[in-house]
Amino acid sequence: MKKTYKIDVDCANCANKMEEATKKTPGVKDATVNFMALKMKVEFEDGADVDSVMQNVIKNCKVVEDDCQIFL
Amino acid sequence: MTDKQKNLLIRVIVAGVLMVILTLLPLDDYPILRFLLFLIPYLTVGYDILRKAFKGIKNKQVFDEHFLMAVATIGAMALGEYTEGVAVMWFYQIGELFQSYAVGKSRRNIAELMDIRPDYANIENEDGSIEKVDPDDIEIGTIIVVQPGEKIPIDGVIREGNTTLNTAALTGESVPRDVKCGDEVISGCINMSGLIKIETTKEFDESTASKILDLVENASSRKSKSEQFITKFARVYTPAVCYSALALAVIPPIIRFFMGLDPIWSQWVYRALTFLVISCPCAIVVSIPLSFFGGIGGASNQGILIKGSNFMETLASVKTIAFDKTGTITKGNFEVSDIHHSPLSDSELLEIAALAESHSTHPISRSLMLAHGKELDMSRVTDISEISGAGVLANVDGHNVAAGNLNLMRHIGITAKECHSTGTIVHMAIDGKYVGHIVISDELKENSEEAIAELKKAGIKRAVMLTGDKDKVAKKIAEDVGIDEYYAELLPADKVTHVEKLLKECGEKEKLAFVGDGINDAPVLSRADIGIAMGALGSDAAIEAADVVLMDDDPMKISKAIKIAKKCIRIVYENIYFAILVKLGCLLLGALGIANMWLAIFADVGVMVICVLNAIRCLAVKNL
Repeated sequence: MKKTYKIDVDCANCANKMEEATKKTPGVKDATVNFMALKMKVEFEDGADVDSVMQNVIKNCKVVEDDCQIFL
Repeated sequence: MTDKQKNLLIRVIVAGVLMVILTLLPLDDYPILRFLLFLIPYLTVGYDILRKAFKGIKNKQVFDEHFLMAVATIGAMALGEYTEGVAVMWFYQIGELFQSYAVGKSRRNIAELMDIRPDYANIENEDGSIEKVDPDDIEIGTIIVVQPGEKIPIDGVIREGNTTLNTAALTGESVPRDVKCGDEVISGCINMSGLIKIETTKEFDESTASKILDLVENASSRKSKSEQFITKFARVYTPAVCYSALALAVIPPIIRFFMGLDPIWSQWVYRALTFLVISCPCAIVVSIPLSFFGGIGGASNQGILIKGSNFMETLASVKTIAFDKTGTITKGNFEVSDIHHSPLSDSELLEIAALAESHSTHPISRSLMLAHGKELDMSRVTDISEISGAGVLANVDGHNVAAGNLNLMRHIGITAKECHSTGTIVHMAIDGKYVGHIVISDELKENSEEAIAELKKAGIKRAVMLTGDKDKVAKKIAEDVGIDEYYAELLPADKVTHVEKLLKECGEKEKLAFVGDGINDAPVLSRADIGIAMGALGSDAAIEAADVVLMDDDPMKISKAIKIAKKCIRIVYENIYFAILVKLGCLLLGALGIANMWLAIFADVGVMVICVLNAIRCLAVKNL
């Protein structure tokens, strides 16, 4: 399953870091962060609980870039 | 400007003014006071960077640009270089501000260029009043009202009224289109003259305008090779520079110490700090997505949808183009152009031919019916049998009629007269007697020849035409428009084989593009390095199948797409080379002690500003 989220982040490099962090989160199959469109596309693994996975994604993203937001 | 940007701007101004005042004050005799006073502008402009650097260390994400800036400026302050310490932070923040403003500005520019998003839909209440509602809430089959000057929000069919539509926002070309009751209309067009009522046939999300916007917005998610390269580069580069800086600060003084020389620690630490300032990878990291975003946005404004940054790269290195003839080089509207050797009158022969072919959906039979131009009485036709790839046998008004190619005539034992015209020939026989033939030909587009010439100018080495049509027709068209090679009489599957053969013949870094009308050629579109569908306005299948979508069927757009891609890629490489060279150069000068902190600031912020300004040029594609 794929979902798109709006995000807010200031720099392109931070967006790349968010992408990395999201990809490493358990339950996420693949992710792309589009800095220019300020959107994040997340592909979840089958049977993953989207809400809890996204909570972890936010936590992981905050670790690599404190000043970022993901709008669920 | 956003609140964040305004806040930063105020801090930058305040800190700037404070710093100028402090440099003018005679503070040299009061070192502690001087330090404390300089701390005010430093913290004003840089407190958030320090905080982020601290958080980064806490989260074990040490090597980011905030850390670099924090260490460099704290180091400079510790060495007593207060002005430079504050200045580095100050310029860094100016750079951040500029970058965020430029990025925001181009986001808005593109949103304006792609101004096809409908904000509302009108529905008519029972008492005749009109209510504005969210187009998301409209269900399929609802009647919506579009007033003159408004955008059509959802795809549908006109049920009442007629008007002229402006499709400029979708195709980049301002050709007004007249529509009447019963016509299909697509969202994103602007209603210019009359009030129309539309029965929607799709949901908002599935409508053309929404799909196109989605496509353009998501295009930059498909990352190009240069973006992947830079991501990897940044990952290696920043830590590498940090360790080099550490080495530079420690190793030379130690060596000097053992050689019995004065280690001059402060000098080497200063050099290491300039290293850190130079090392920030922001310039390249931000300029590349910005370039692609600009290029893709500018192209979509011209009616060219490029579905990803990666396709931009491929498009720029296309050297071979394979065309499907129909609908790309020719108009794809077969017309009866001549009738030869018939003892009957032209209209009689056409009527019989149209009747015989009346049950076929082949484009040829459609053009026969179009040429006949009158309603057909289907009850006059009986016993129709279609012979695939040859023609039709039927009984019209009690006569045995055969209509088809030479094979059909041979099959029923009739000697037909060969035709010397180019085009598709329909031979006719009635009750075993030859009654002449009808020539149907597909018209060339007016600017096909010019388009091929432009492609050659844009660096295309080989233009190939693939067609299911006859050799004679293909040869004539190829000669007329300046196509280098052609392969005729191909079945759809043969086209894939030919594209595969052409792919093998391409050089290592040369790419092959296939141009089709998006109908029936999905396998070929996906087999080529890059598939271009044209005349896609209103055809979902074409938009799905292709990598590059030309909204109208103007062949000039192909060379335009290639030129846009080339410009964009050139800018991306300019930025990569420029930024890396300047940075490496400054690093070298810094290590040798020639570059001071000011040059380091230029290498960081200056390069970033130049790269961003250069990247913004990608948006200007109108006159390519």
